[in-house]
Amino acid sequence: MNASLLAGLVGAALVGLGLYGLIAHPHPLRKLLAFNLVGSGVFLVFGVVARRGAAAGYAFDPVPQAMVITGIVVAFAASALAVALILRLAVASGGVSLDPQGPAGRDAGEME
Amino acid sequence: MSFLADLVSLAAIGAGVFFFIAGTVGLLRFPDSLTRLHALSKADNLGLGLIVLGLIPRAENPLAAFKLVVVWALVLLSGASTAQLIGRALRRGRE
Amino acid sequence: MSVLPLLDVGLALLVVAVATWTMAARDLFASVLGYVAYGLLLALVWVRLHAPDIGLTEAAVGGGVTGVLLVTAGKRLDALKAATSGAAPRLRVKILAGALSALVAGALAFVVASLPTPAPSLAPQAAAAAAGPGAGLGNPITAVLISYRAFDTMLEKIVLALAVLGIWSVGADAAWGGAPAPLRKARPDGAMVLLAQILAPIGALIGVHIFWVGADAPGGAFQGGALLAAMWMVAMMARLVEAPRIGSRALRLALISGPAVFLAVGLAGIAMAGSFFAFPPAFAKALILFIETFMVLSVAVALPMMVAGPPEGGQEP
Repeated sequence: MNASLLAGLVGAALVGLGLYGLIAHPHPLRKLLAFNLVGSGVFLVFGVVARRGAAAGYAFDPVPQAMVITGIVVAFAASALAVALILRLAVASGGVSLDPQGPAGRDAGEME
Repeated sequence: MSFLADLVSLAAIGAGVFFFIAGTVGLLRFPDSLTRLHALSKADNLGLGLIVLGLIPRAENPLAAFKLVVVWALVLLSGASTAQLIGRALRRGRE
Repeated sequence: MSVLPLLDVGLALLVVAVATWTMAARDLFASVLGYVAYGLLLALVWVRLHAPDIGLTEAAVGGGVTGVLLVTAGKRLDALKAATSGAAPRLRVKILAGALSALVAGALAFVVASLPTPAPSLAPQAAAAAAGPGAGLGNPITAVLISYRAFDTMLEKIVLALAVLGIWSVGADAAWGGAPAPLRKARPDGAMVLLAQILAPIGALIGVHIFWVGADAPGGAFQGGALLAAMWMVAMMARLVEAPRIGSRALRLALISGPAVFLAVGLAGIAMAGSFFAFPPAFAKALILFIETFMVLSVAVALPMMVAGPPEGGQEP
């Protein structure tokens, strides 16, 4: 078992953990955190691809590495946009439940 | 000369690791947040300082050694500040 | 027998354990703190994969700035006293979710274990770009970002500007042009002010250093920019500076300067070197540093504005 295979297995485990959290947590900020976990797992798997692509005198393939760097920054931008939407939802509806049958959704329904 | 440097590295890094382990045990075993904070800040400051001391003889050039010391100084600064912030937040919560 | 494989296994177990704890923690705040620790541990994994550049980015953006974003979001949500309800899903759903997640993770692990050998690689092309016509960059990743895949990087800068625009437009109409809410409402603690006063100047210097050495060593525009962004946020949290009004022309110019300069130099390449994003060999390195300087500026401004969120109120006195 070498370091890159190990990192790839960790990446796979992270994707699984994040996916479970994304489904099981009712709170949207927790879902967002879980989604970031999935993202970092995918980046790690891509990083393993970069490590295995060592050639031309480099210990890694620089192209996937560069794409992971831009990916991390874009993932942050997406998270920040999601946070803004969640906070807006809380202001607009008084709750952050994504469940249309949840308390916040039901309250809104009764008010109409 | 290089034997002596290795000896210094070994002794200092070993002592640093000891402080980190002691701090971690404290973090896990101490009863409340303030004592845990105490254990943790000792481990950070002294343990990392000793490890940096042990790494200095192995640095490739004086600039690299200087960078190691800067890393330690920055950790000291942020560690001390966050310990203060957490401690004060705890006291506020207790009142 | 080296001790490194043992450390690798220990690190791998620790990363998975902290990630599990992050998912399992009852409290949002605890879970965010777990995520920050997880980001730092992941940076170590990246170093083990010979990817110190990604390690720097992960530690700064994945751990640090994302942590501040989520902690701030949690505090703002508490202040709104919003119903954070939504019942946890039923046991049946949880079991199904667990089975699905295990299936996906297992499939991915199978794929990772059966990747083709020899692995395909674009490293020779990247090496050509780094050595290539006059670029003379020692860090192949910087060469890929600015030269070999220049178009991607420019579009990514546009994505950052669009994300800021999207966040701003979520705010109330009446607040347009105003300043975002401060990162911390309360009067800052003396320790926080002292930390910001000492750390921010040193951190800013290190940020510029990391950008500057990025041509030849691990580092670059993203990492340096993220560090500058973090220092700006530390100063904002200590209330040494306030978030600027979003109507500010200087702010808007700084935000779009990265992609704009990148695009302008790319277009100039048609005239000077014969194709889009081609750099004339004589001053390729100077041009790359010129583009990167504005990229640093854009990243350093965009990240804190994303954390600060949409402009506040309109009804505020």
